[in-house]
Amino acid sequence: MPDYRSRRKVRKKIVSWIVFFTVLLVTTVWLTPILVALFTSVRDYDDIILRGFFALPEEVSFDSYFAAWRQGRMRQYLPNSFLITLPALGATLLLSSLSAYAISRFRFPGRRPIYYMFIFGMMLPLQILMIPVFGLSNAMGLYDTYIGLIAIHTAFFLGFNTFVLKNYMSTVPPQIFDSAHIDGCSELRIWWQIMLPLTLPAFAALATLLFTWIFNDYLWALILVRTGDKMPVTTGLASLQGEFVTDWTVIMAGSLVGTIPTLMVFVFLQRYFIEGLTLGANK
Amino acid sequence: MLYTFYLSLTEWDMFTSPTFVGLANFRRLAADPVFHRSLLNNLKWMVVFITVPIAAGLSLAMVLNRKVRGSTFFKASFFMPMVLSLVVAGLVWSWLYNPAHGLINTVLRGIGLPQLARGWLANASTVMESIIAVGVWRQVGYVMVFYLAGLQSVNKDLVDASRVDGAGSWKSFRHVVLPQLAPITTVVIVISIIDSLRVFALVAVMTDGGPHNASNVLANYIYLTGFQWYQMGYAAAIAVVLFLLAFVFIVFYLSRIAREEDHA
Repeated sequence: MPDYRSRRKVRKKIVSWIVFFTVLLVTTVWLTPILVALFTSVRDYDDIILRGFFALPEEVSFDSYFAAWRQGRMRQYLPNSFLITLPALGATLLLSSLSAYAISRFRFPGRRPIYYMFIFGMMLPLQILMIPVFGLSNAMGLYDTYIGLIAIHTAFFLGFNTFVLKNYMSTVPPQIFDSAHIDGCSELRIWWQIMLPLTLPAFAALATLLFTWIFNDYLWALILVRTGDKMPVTTGLASLQGEFVTDWTVIMAGSLVGTIPTLMVFVFLQRYFIEGLTLGANK
Repeated sequence: MLYTFYLSLTEWDMFTSPTFVGLANFRRLAADPVFHRSLLNNLKWMVVFITVPIAAGLSLAMVLNRKVRGSTFFKASFFMPMVLSLVVAGLVWSWLYNPAHGLINTVLRGIGLPQLARGWLANASTVMESIIAVGVWRQVGYVMVFYLAGLQSVNKDLVDASRVDGAGSWKSFRHVVLPQLAPITTVVIVISIIDSLRVFALVAVMTDGGPHNASNVLANYIYLTGFQWYQMGYAAAIAVVLFLLAFVFIVFYLSRIAREEDHA
């Protein structure tokens, strides 16, 4: 009996090591593209062509980063991305918080259809709206302006955000609001001083997620911004591909630089980011 | 969207005003091989997306949900690809797929399989699969997040009870854990279907639908017809088809939600 038990223990240990090494292997494969990008970005492209992909570089050079920053115009694209992302993020959070508050607090006719419409809009493939959005932005004179892009992002994420916040707000016991009401608190003040602080965790999760989504948007930047100087990182990088088609080290360097902002958000706010991803699903 | 419906019945080059042509655009669609190819490619994405990432994501979640050595690091590694924009992912993978100097062909030649090395993105028979692989690379972590969240609410007592009753780990997973994850699985499947209809940036960045439309998808075809060839009416007709496809799945999902809420 003791022999049997210890053999089982050994078997269990072996299995757990096999699992560990399998996961380690898969993880390595998963990280390879990113490591390759890093490795490539500090090399010289002629050296890669001459001595092969795996040859250790004779010297680590950051020339590709300088090239991506200056000739590759990352120094323009990066600030542009922030100029689009931050206002869109602020507007979305503010408006969605108000509309979610209204939907969760008050029973009014058509409440449910509105709610379903939000979900519907959030699930549509956005590309079908390419043409009307383009037409609309032209008609309103917003084509090739940041206002147009910001408005589009706000409009699209408003649905998703409202949906998530509404679910979150519904978990707050309504008695809190009733007592605030009796104490003579206005609706706007209830929203601002009670609801907002209570929904802060959901807010943080949504903010990190939205930042990443808006920052990484390609479609609308492609459709609505034509001038090279105004492009955000995504369309800017895609255009690098045409210019530096012969030098992958510059393209990799640019890609990495363009990822730093979202990477920072992910590294420092990982918990909120992960929470945000599933927020919409946990109704 | 209504505007798109209207435009789909017209012919419009964006410079003159639209002329009404009735259903001509849709008749043209029915006979358009590029449209068929794109539609088929979207369905290919869908089939892969509702199988591979879900199986992989669920397995990883099951393993990493336990306290394995380094599970925090492992989880973070699988989340990583989601942080990159699709443009960056597309560029990095284009470089990996590079026929002459990319990692994949270099490795294949290195391990004595040079016959497998090829122009992954230049070859009509491999291009779609190669791009889908990038999609899977990003999607697995996403699915894993959902299952990890779902596993938090799985009743541990039930699992333990099934083990005591003599169920092996596979049996208890199959009959106790999996049914409890069913709501998550529904959400993940719906998301995967919608995501496979949304494919655009990866294709646009990596191949722009080429070679010879072998990797075209509906969204990219809309973009090409509308914004490169200025056939807005025809592009709108493609958008209408994409809309109807998505519509079917979304309505199915919403009716499920509605039913649940009525029960609640």
